[in-house]
Amino acid sequence: MTTPHLLEARNLEIRFGGVVAANDVSLHVNRGQNMAIIGPNGAGKTTFLNICTGWLKPTRGQVLLEGRDITRLSPRDIARRGVARAFQIPQLFTEHTALENLLIAVAARDRLSNPLRDLHRIPERAEMMHMLEMVNCADVAHRQVDELSEGQRKLIDIAIALALKPRLLLMDEPTSGVASSEKFAVMDILVRALHEAQVTSVFVEHDMAIVERYADEVAVWAAGDVRLRGAPAEVLAHPDVIRDVIGEVV
Amino acid sequence: MNFVTVLLATFDGIAYAALVFIVAVGLTLIFGVMRIVNVAHGSLYAIGAYLTASLTAAILAAGLPPYLGFPVMLVAAVVIGVVIGGPMEWLLLRRIYDKPEVLQLLVTFAVFMILEDVQRLVWGTQPYFQSAALQSLGMVQVFGVNYTVYQLIVLPLAAIVLLVGLRYFLRRTLVGKLILATTEDREAAQAIGINADRVFLLTFVVGAALAGLGGALAQPTTSVLPGIGADMIVLSFAVVATAGLGQIEGAAVAALLIGLGRSFAVYLWPEAAVLVPYIIMVLVLMVRPEGLFGSPAARKI
Amino acid sequence: MTRLLPALLVLAIAAVPWLMPNLQVLLTLALAKGIAVMGVTVLLRAGQVSFGHALFFAVSAYAAAFLIAAWPGADLILVLVAGVAGALVAGLLVGLFVVRYRGIFFSMLNLAFSMIFWSFLEKFYHLTGGADGKRIRRPPVLGADIGRSDFELLLFYITLGLALALAWFTLRWLGSPRGHLFRTIKTNETRLQYLGMSPRHVMLSGYVLSAVLCGVGGVLMGLSQGVVTPDFAWWVRSGEMVFIAVLGGAGSVAGALLGAIVYEMVRIYASAFAGDIWQMLLGGFLLIIILFAPGGLVGMFHRFFPGRAQDGEDRT
Repeated sequence: MTTPHLLEARNLEIRFGGVVAANDVSLHVNRGQNMAIIGPNGAGKTTFLNICTGWLKPTRGQVLLEGRDITRLSPRDIARRGVARAFQIPQLFTEHTALENLLIAVAARDRLSNPLRDLHRIPERAEMMHMLEMVNCADVAHRQVDELSEGQRKLIDIAIALALKPRLLLMDEPTSGVASSEKFAVMDILVRALHEAQVTSVFVEHDMAIVERYADEVAVWAAGDVRLRGAPAEVLAHPDVIRDVIGEVV
Repeated sequence: MNFVTVLLATFDGIAYAALVFIVAVGLTLIFGVMRIVNVAHGSLYAIGAYLTASLTAAILAAGLPPYLGFPVMLVAAVVIGVVIGGPMEWLLLRRIYDKPEVLQLLVTFAVFMILEDVQRLVWGTQPYFQSAALQSLGMVQVFGVNYTVYQLIVLPLAAIVLLVGLRYFLRRTLVGKLILATTEDREAAQAIGINADRVFLLTFVVGAALAGLGGALAQPTTSVLPGIGADMIVLSFAVVATAGLGQIEGAAVAALLIGLGRSFAVYLWPEAAVLVPYIIMVLVLMVRPEGLFGSPAARKI
Repeated sequence: MTRLLPALLVLAIAAVPWLMPNLQVLLTLALAKGIAVMGVTVLLRAGQVSFGHALFFAVSAYAAAFLIAAWPGADLILVLVAGVAGALVAGLLVGLFVVRYRGIFFSMLNLAFSMIFWSFLEKFYHLTGGADGKRIRRPPVLGADIGRSDFELLLFYITLGLALALAWFTLRWLGSPRGHLFRTIKTNETRLQYLGMSPRHVMLSGYVLSAVLCGVGGVLMGLSQGVVTPDFAWWVRSGEMVFIAVLGGAGSVAGALLGAIVYEMVRIYASAFAGDIWQMLLGGFLLIIILFAPGGLVGMFHRFFPGRAQDGEDRT
């Protein structure tokens, strides 16, 4: 018997009214890889992440995490099982500082409940400062997150997810909203952090230069289905992909 | 419970439901368009009742026939919409649409506190009872039960006319369509040239007038005294929440449910009658948090 | 200055029974109310406002009254514990339901529950004494019956001590990991879920704390007045708590106590000539504070004495 995949979707189907966002999709994620999902807008990529994290329930099909069915679990139960999520629009605690955002993630991760201990005095503070250094945000640790640049906010959004020590991180366009001159820098930081924390990742991405440079594997999502999957060089050179996906982005 | 009491309870419930619906529909209309729950809505109801009582008394004192009490109700409703509702939206609410919901709540709550004392200053604390208009229509006999024409026919008819009229207004007239468009997407509506400020003002005036109308119509059936505004805001919110916020047709069903529930409780377990509307609301919300006819708002992430 | 002034204020209050004995009862009531207002303040930190927290205020005072009626020898400490336990249980039961809601639903459902309880108190008079309420006879203290004036003095210091201790605890709680999680209800529940937390559980912990604080205030108020009436649960009382919380500085724990003291002082003197329009004045002030001074009294204090805000108090 083979070990089950880290994450596996089996025959997923979801409809919104008449629109089919996923039609009999099957896809698995290999451990230790960074997998990119590309495809035209509205193809159902974000919907796929929403299903894998329990935010949406598919009309049919299953999501398995290490062979166990998580399809009907709530986002919080799936998060508890080690699947973290980063968002296209950063989901931050806007009345807290960057460091506090991470400390709150630790408070949730470790279920800290001592009512008399100050959040800033928890032993994990050093660990979270290190996390901020890893994503190049140590200098803004004590700034309110709504004062930060979009790029910094994206990184902190991802750092919150990493602070949960997940096994799998699902990211929705990690570099959207980041100035194009900074995109590679942000991805360098991110991929190093993922590697250091030994996290498998799936990321939805529109920028083919990023995909080519950072993905270990690419899946092409079009019209509610995975059309193609393979190594970046191979997939990105495929004539259909050039016509339907890359053509649209450019 | 024999047949006569069942019939009486049913009639009581329908008359009561009609009144509550008229008030609740104003509350839900304002919410649907402006995303604000006006806590002062109950005060407008109370002032509508007081105003009608005073005006009717003045008409009778002048020797005029009591049926003039009916046009007076409409006058009271319009006065409340224009004189209180208009300035409230224009001077106060307009400043807080972009503020957090907590602050919006506190602002309408503050208006509620102010209006409660205004009533006491103007009308004192003595109850007003003035049923001349109700009596002028006499009684009707149904299956051997005598009941007032006003409560059995006029009130339900007013509620039905309002429901149908509001549907027609919102779906068929230009102004109504503009209001619906603004409800769905304020920015898009402004982009195509709809004056959202004017839509909000109009909506609030209409909503406030409906609260006043509810009070005016309720006045001949009950004593008007301090505290009825507080009761009514909670009750009409119970109806609106049971139906689902912003659901106009749903509010009619919820009002009937709550009205009948309450009137049957009056005969079966009088001490608990006032609790019944809340119990119904809590039970409905436990099963369907978005109300009977509301749909869960999909949050985009 | 920011540290010295509060300390001086506390000392001044502690000296009131000796320097200005006629203010002693007034301050007991003000501090009791202030403790309850802290409960409302806690919820404001999660961006929620309850229009029905007088419910817990009343539940605990009635719990005390029932205990004393059933067992006249019950000790003061037991009475306090019973009152708070009543509020705790009520907070859990109501909380389990209302923590599913936010915004207007949360506000109005709390109001509805307080109206239900109020109606119950009024209508089931054979149980509750109806509008006349129930007497709360002076309980013995550690087994000893003490005279009226001694009891009042003792109650004053108990109230002051509890107000300070609970303010300290509430600040610590708001600054603790759990308190910070609670405060994220205001800013991002989606992320909170993705951290593996249930917003309802997080909300419930703060809700129960707020109910307990209101309960402590209510039982102290009942003991001080010697009677509890349905008025304790009336919506006006809830509105007053919200008003004081906003007056003191929405979300500020110190502001809750300060606001309650200022409010009671003004009310005593204003009711002589403005009794008829008291609510109108409150409403007017509420509008002015919200539109022009959203920081409340504490906000003004910090504007005049800029200094480092304590962590539990930082507001933006």
